[in-house]
Amino acid sequence: MDLITLARLQFASTTVYHFLFVPLTLGLSFLVAWMQWKYYKTKDKDWDLLTRYFGTLFLINYAVGVVTGIVQEFQFGMNWSNYARFVGDIFGAPLAIEALAAFFLESIFIGLWIFGRDKLSPKLHLATIWVVAIASSLSAYWIIVANSFMQSPLAFTIRDTAYGPRAEMTDFFALISNPHALIQFPHVIFSGYTTGAVFVLAISAINLIGKKPQMVFKKLIKPVAIFGLISIVFAIGAGDMQGKYIAKHQPMKLAAAEGLWETTDKAPLSLFSIIDEENETNPFEINIPYGLSILAFNDPNATVLGINELQAKYENDYGTGNYTPPVTLLFWSFRIMVFSGSFLMLVLFLAAVFTKKLEKHSLFYKLLIVILPLPYLCNSFGWIFAEVGRQPWLVQGILKLEEGVSSAANVTTGTVTTSLIGFVVLYGILAVLDVVLITKFVKMGLVDVKKAVAKESEVHNAW
Amino acid sequence: MVTLSTLWFLLIGVLLTGFLFLEGFDFGVGALVPFVADSDEERQIAIGTIGPVWDGNEVWLLTAGGAMFAAFPYWYATMFSGFYLALFLVLVCLIVRGVTFEFRNKQHTKKWRNNWDYALSISSLLCAILFPVAFANLIGGTPLDLVNGRLDFVGSFFDLLTPFTLLAGLAGASFMLYHGSVYLALKASGNVATKSIKLGSRLATLTIVLVLAFAGLCAVTKGFGKPVSVGFFAVALLALLGSYFQFKNGKYGAALILNGFVVICAMGALFAGLFPYVMLSSIDASTLSLSIENASSSPYTLKIMTYATLILLPIVLICQIWSFKVFKDRVSAKTVKY
Repeated sequence: MDLITLARLQFASTTVYHFLFVPLTLGLSFLVAWMQWKYYKTKDKDWDLLTRYFGTLFLINYAVGVVTGIVQEFQFGMNWSNYARFVGDIFGAPLAIEALAAFFLESIFIGLWIFGRDKLSPKLHLATIWVVAIASSLSAYWIIVANSFMQSPLAFTIRDTAYGPRAEMTDFFALISNPHALIQFPHVIFSGYTTGAVFVLAISAINLIGKKPQMVFKKLIKPVAIFGLISIVFAIGAGDMQGKYIAKHQPMKLAAAEGLWETTDKAPLSLFSIIDEENETNPFEINIPYGLSILAFNDPNATVLGINELQAKYENDYGTGNYTPPVTLLFWSFRIMVFSGSFLMLVLFLAAVFTKKLEKHSLFYKLLIVILPLPYLCNSFGWIFAEVGRQPWLVQGILKLEEGVSSAANVTTGTVTTSLIGFVVLYGILAVLDVVLITKFVKMGLVDVKKAVAKESEVHNAW
Repeated sequence: MVTLSTLWFLLIGVLLTGFLFLEGFDFGVGALVPFVADSDEERQIAIGTIGPVWDGNEVWLLTAGGAMFAAFPYWYATMFSGFYLALFLVLVCLIVRGVTFEFRNKQHTKKWRNNWDYALSISSLLCAILFPVAFANLIGGTPLDLVNGRLDFVGSFFDLLTPFTLLAGLAGASFMLYHGSVYLALKASGNVATKSIKLGSRLATLTIVLVLAFAGLCAVTKGFGKPVSVGFFAVALLALLGSYFQFKNGKYGAALILNGFVVICAMGALFAGLFPYVMLSSIDASTLSLSIENASSSPYTLKIMTYATLILLPIVLICQIWSFKVFKDRVSAKTVKY
């Protein structure tokens, strides 16, 4: 494999891995904060138990999210130094502000929350988890501002410097109010909240079936299902807006996601296609008529640009080259996201509206358990779709992959392979440990978790 | 006139100083855990002294990295790609350390906890060595050359390991271990505190010897540098001696503060020595070094970043100081009253 492929593989694998943990942090932090608030208001011991139970699971997940986040910041410089040189004037600012405005608060207050239970007043202790929750959502905004510049660059000018040309920021407020970011942020954040809700529902369901059902968890089903339903409706709504935005600004991403080779008016939406990338045709398709035209432009008669026309147009604009991202991968990434998301919405709708009726059937709880992988599929494939759809660009229309990779003499296929294998092995071990611990605590049930947490650390309790 | 670039050069120095002072004792405590604590309870006390604060301390590094990316993209790019394998090692160590705090106590078997304790110790020690090595390389000079119009690192991993940088790494690590034992003497209780006090004296002596050896090596191989740098270095050494003196007299708080001066002056010596460059080239220091002005972002970006920092950094400092105040007591097992 060449250097670019290895560097991409490393970025993709470490980022997808990191983002397995982040959405749960986003959603579960609010839900734990809510549970603690319920305890604070009602003084009902059950809510204290639930807070501690999900708080423990939250922390196991949080730890891996935090440590894998450091890798993200470093690898722009390590593997993509020429990208860093080209966009640093713009891209660095939101990253630095993310650390200053969000990471600091998050990490200081998580320490206060874990160790401060007996040191702070109940009110202040409750406030610390709310700060953690808000700060983690804030951090998402800044990283999405940075990402949005790659997808939909604006408010910049190209200037020559001592070491070559680079993009320079001309308007910070335009940068942070990038329409792409304003749409993508709710999409990502509400997906995170959905993930948190589905996680809580699934874990509660596990505790509600089996030999010793723990009825306390029943308190969670309805409110969390409502929270999940609202979240996923907003996530899908924002996703729809994103589709329309992409249709205008990254038409190739949309065309590839639909496997639309030729420019088509009254374009249908494909539910299932077999895609033949070599011959640029789809030998088999199941379509919803007018679907794509409506999805992209709210107009059944609208014309949607196809891959072939866009490829020709880009060659004309940017010189010869391949401007078509991998169509099959995009097509299926998009569908995995949409199908899983739609199914989730249906389940959450049923759970939120028909809670009373459904709670009588153990099948309902089994359903809540088996949907747990779905938000993870949505999140991962959503990002794969968003980022692979940007190819071959690092920054849409301005900087290509090969112009961004590191050029330092020591960054060779050998060193990148070494670090790639290193990360894969280390992350693999962490994943196993993470799952082992989460499973252990989930199985323990409520009261035992409280005992285990109390026994866990002598120091913890002396604080 | 002080330009914005120079201001940001100083600010990066401030952020790295904050990082080294705060995470310095985290690394030290982490490395020392198996040596100052035997029983599980003792180890919990030792780790517990940094448990609530390590994450906030580490954000100083993340902020310094982000600020370097934002304010000096060319410095960030050249350094991070040039120090590739060293930084990979740093990342692995930071990951292992970071999960230790959350995972260690989640299983009750001795083997599980012991393994995490050794992982914490080794990864902390490596961090304590690697960061000073990296900083020493900035000023010691690395093979930087123009490649396609960009200033890039053209050497290999082993170019980063010279007697100069390795001695700096050992001296820095020894200092961080001493710093950690001062912190433990101040925050831990019982056996852990006693052992840390004993070990701290030895570590202080070792640090002084290594720092003097480092000074000697510099004088012999590089001659005396800039007077400002030498001045800072001398004050750092004095502060270190003062810290040792206070430590010996049982004034651990004073020793910790003096350690702060050591870090400030050491970074002062580094940054004064670097000025007006951010990285020196060993190929041709006068033409191929990366200068503050050439490495920096546009004045507009620097202005925005300055405002953002002026607003946000005070908030961060207030929160962090408050958190240290909340956790000001000595850490002891719940059976031990304090």
